[in-house]
Amino acid sequence: MRWRSRIALGLAVAFIAVAPLIFGTFTITLMNYIGIYAFAALGLVLLTGLGGLTSFGQAAFVGIGAYATAWYTAVQGGSPWVGLLLALALTGLVALILGATTLRLSGHFLPLSTIAWGVAIYFVFGNLDALNRYSGLSGIPPISIGPLSLGGTIAVYFLIWILLGAVMLLCHNLLDSRQGRAIRSLRGGISMVESLAIDSFRMRLAIFVLAGLLAGISGWLYAHVQRFVNPMPFDIRPGIELLFMTLVGGAGHIAGAVVGAAIVVLLKNVLQDVLPAITRYSAQLEVVFFGVLFIVLLQKARGGVVPMILRFLPRPEPVVPTQEVPLVGRARPPVTDQPVLLIEHATKRFGALAAVNDVSFEVKPGEVLGLIGPNGAGKTTLLNLITGTAKPNSGRIVFLGDDVTPLPPRRIAAKGMARTFQHVKLRPNMTLLDNVLLGTYPRTRSGFIAGALRLDRTEERSARFEALQQLRRVGLGEKFGDLAGNLPLGQQRLLEVARALAANPVVVILDEPAAGLRQLEKKTLSDLLRGLRRDGMTIVLVEHDMDFVMNLVDRIVVMDFGAKLAEGLPASIRADARVQEAYLGGVA
Amino acid sequence: MTPEIALLLVQDGISTGAVYVLVALGLVLVFLVTRVIFVPFGDVVGYAALTLAALQLKQLPGTVWLVLTIAALATAMEVATLVRRGQIQRLPRALVMYAVLPIVPVALVWFAAGRELPMWLSITLTLAIVLPISPLLYRIAFQPLADASVLVLLIVAVAVHFAISGMALIFFGPEGFRTQPMTQAFFDLGPVSISGQSLLIVASSALFSLLLFVMFEHTLTGKALRATAVNRVGARLVGILPSTTGAIAFLLASALAGISGILIGPVATLYYDSGFLIGLKAFVGAIIGGLVSYPLTAIGAILVGLLESYAAFWDSAFKEVLVFSALIPILIWRSLMSGTGVEEEIEEEEREGGA
Repeated sequence: MRWRSRIALGLAVAFIAVAPLIFGTFTITLMNYIGIYAFAALGLVLLTGLGGLTSFGQAAFVGIGAYATAWYTAVQGGSPWVGLLLALALTGLVALILGATTLRLSGHFLPLSTIAWGVAIYFVFGNLDALNRYSGLSGIPPISIGPLSLGGTIAVYFLIWILLGAVMLLCHNLLDSRQGRAIRSLRGGISMVESLAIDSFRMRLAIFVLAGLLAGISGWLYAHVQRFVNPMPFDIRPGIELLFMTLVGGAGHIAGAVVGAAIVVLLKNVLQDVLPAITRYSAQLEVVFFGVLFIVLLQKARGGVVPMILRFLPRPEPVVPTQEVPLVGRARPPVTDQPVLLIEHATKRFGALAAVNDVSFEVKPGEVLGLIGPNGAGKTTLLNLITGTAKPNSGRIVFLGDDVTPLPPRRIAAKGMARTFQHVKLRPNMTLLDNVLLGTYPRTRSGFIAGALRLDRTEERSARFEALQQLRRVGLGEKFGDLAGNLPLGQQRLLEVARALAANPVVVILDEPAAGLRQLEKKTLSDLLRGLRRDGMTIVLVEHDMDFVMNLVDRIVVMDFGAKLAEGLPASIRADARVQEAYLGGVA
Repeated sequence: MTPEIALLLVQDGISTGAVYVLVALGLVLVFLVTRVIFVPFGDVVGYAALTLAALQLKQLPGTVWLVLTIAALATAMEVATLVRRGQIQRLPRALVMYAVLPIVPVALVWFAAGRELPMWLSITLTLAIVLPISPLLYRIAFQPLADASVLVLLIVAVAVHFAISGMALIFFGPEGFRTQPMTQAFFDLGPVSISGQSLLIVASSALFSLLLFVMFEHTLTGKALRATAVNRVGARLVGILPSTTGAIAFLLASALAGISGILIGPVATLYYDSGFLIGLKAFVGAIIGGLVSYPLTAIGAILVGLLESYAAFWDSAFKEVLVFSALIPILIWRSLMSGTGVEEEIEEEEREGGA
């Protein structure tokens, strides 16, 4: 069925190629603006739709790009191509500085800050004498390639759409690569992202700068097509219009940027034709119309237009990854008495409550350690201390001989610790294979440029095959192309285990992996864990299913009320009177 | 800068700040109860001032058409919802709430407009007609999205701002107005003289902040609002309807917006879109309070007023740049205060194409 989407794409490209032959100059002008806005909207697709960071200030970046080239070409008399470099350098720099200061903001504070700097940048344009204040700069030359001037509508049409096509292709490649998957994983909470050794802040900064650069290109084209700039189109309102385009088109899809830009530009054009005929308030009614449309869209169809179209197209058949050169494994410590993981006097207090109180134990290489205890005993808090998600008030955690207590979770993960979560953390809109591929992040190298230019394909093929192998190990190999959100809960847990294994960790930490599993799935899981132990992997397991724990683990640590109650072999724990009391209550 | 000018700027800053206090308190109130960052709040402030100005000029205020438009929309939506659910017996109540109640002040203003009115009456009429605006907007735009994330609600709020500011331009026209001062008094205090209007603003701001506090602490409605703010699900379990507390929060917000508009009307020339910037500046104050703390919000709003007043003295062109740029360090400070960020992880995953 893959050919259908190829045909759709081919038709779209052919349409754009022959459009100047069919349509008049007016329509082509409209298409030029669609293309120009699509660049900026594409930035928002990456930033908002995929990365989950809402920006109301994208138009300000378009403005920085436009003013940079306008000032350089109209005031300084320079070449538009140097103007492009200047536009990119300036938008990149401003995005880097703004991003570095604001991207650590959480929740709704980040989008609010985008309103703040969006408004501030607009006022800067309007008040700088060098930029001729609110009157703006005129006399901007058209772009030319050698002796060929692209001043004509059709000439610049080809420049815009060829450039847009190339940029969209690069974005498409990027999203289908190692870094692109990391970008797509940003939405939906960072603790999973960090547990995969992905630096979420750097990722956010990267897409913020990327979105800024795309806005910069948009501004460069705008300035040279319009031949005049003033602050108006870079205010917060056009910024929101860009966001609207993105959401209308489908914020989760690259094509959404073009579709959204087309819908908004064409709709505006129709409104500007129709409204003046019926009222003298056409400009104001246009604003009202878009505001109302935006509200209706958010209330009724938050996904946008592209997903609606995709629902009628068959999903492309996923390609089965084939045998490849395996990914490089991680060196495992030899089985010695040296512990892999050492917890020394770990204490974590939440106010007056000591959730973990002076707990010490060690995990030897190649063993399966069960961590059990009644509800509220502090098991999950302890796991959070081990993985670095929470920091102890006192005590330390030593992993592979190094004190990792102060390290952020991603650094500990990079050293060879993988985990699953008590409340499953997956990306439901990504396929099973992509979810597991996220696990290979610390074992692979490819960067943004390699991903965008497809220089990463050898590594990518190896990673894909590795991910498929891990899916097969947990019994989900057949479903690799399905969306993770469509799995029942039990299988989602298995998927998390596969993701953890894809990192080829030294220690894997499993938080209640058997909860919600059916009998047969439990059997698969315990067989799998036995196999992992044979391969020399160290496993820490929190679990409530006693049969599952007792038949699997080498040793058990029992916790109760935050403290370690007992430690020993399964048989001795079973016979321990204190443990029986903690679980069953004292014999009155 | 001489000490006299410094003092003058302080006085100016505090009186604008006092207006921001009321607006900021309203923003925090609405946010806590409904999780909506009510961007159009400032617009309502502007409409209050413009309404009062129109009444004083013996004209029919544009608010009449604005309220009629949104009341018609809200009524249509409510009726459609009730009919779809088959709850015909609730129609009369809905009609009273969304059609009759908003039309009463509209009718009163209609009759009063064009006559010579005493100050107190025009103020009362202004408050009465501004009151339904926010609850109606809540019904139209936010109530259908009660379970959406803060972010979606924020985007909707921004869209609402654009929709109603477009309408405001049609209904109020592009001219700016200033209302008549409520008092001409001046008090000489050594080197500076304080205008009666400033004192009135500060006193009213303090009074209404206090009233808000008393309501939260000592009335059942206030407690219901606080309960909803602390835990929506918990509030629902004890029989507090989030849509009701939401409507009340927006009603209170409207009242605060009305008072703010009336207070700021005589000291600034306001246009149909001036309210937006007032709202944004008050918002900077609300963020100093982290959108949680009422006292910190009040202090923050005063600080914004002072910052604006001094910024205007140093470089009036860059006044707005300075005020809004100040938000970024404040946001960073708030973000650092709120801990590691791990606790307040947002788990929002909207399935694509889902309504």
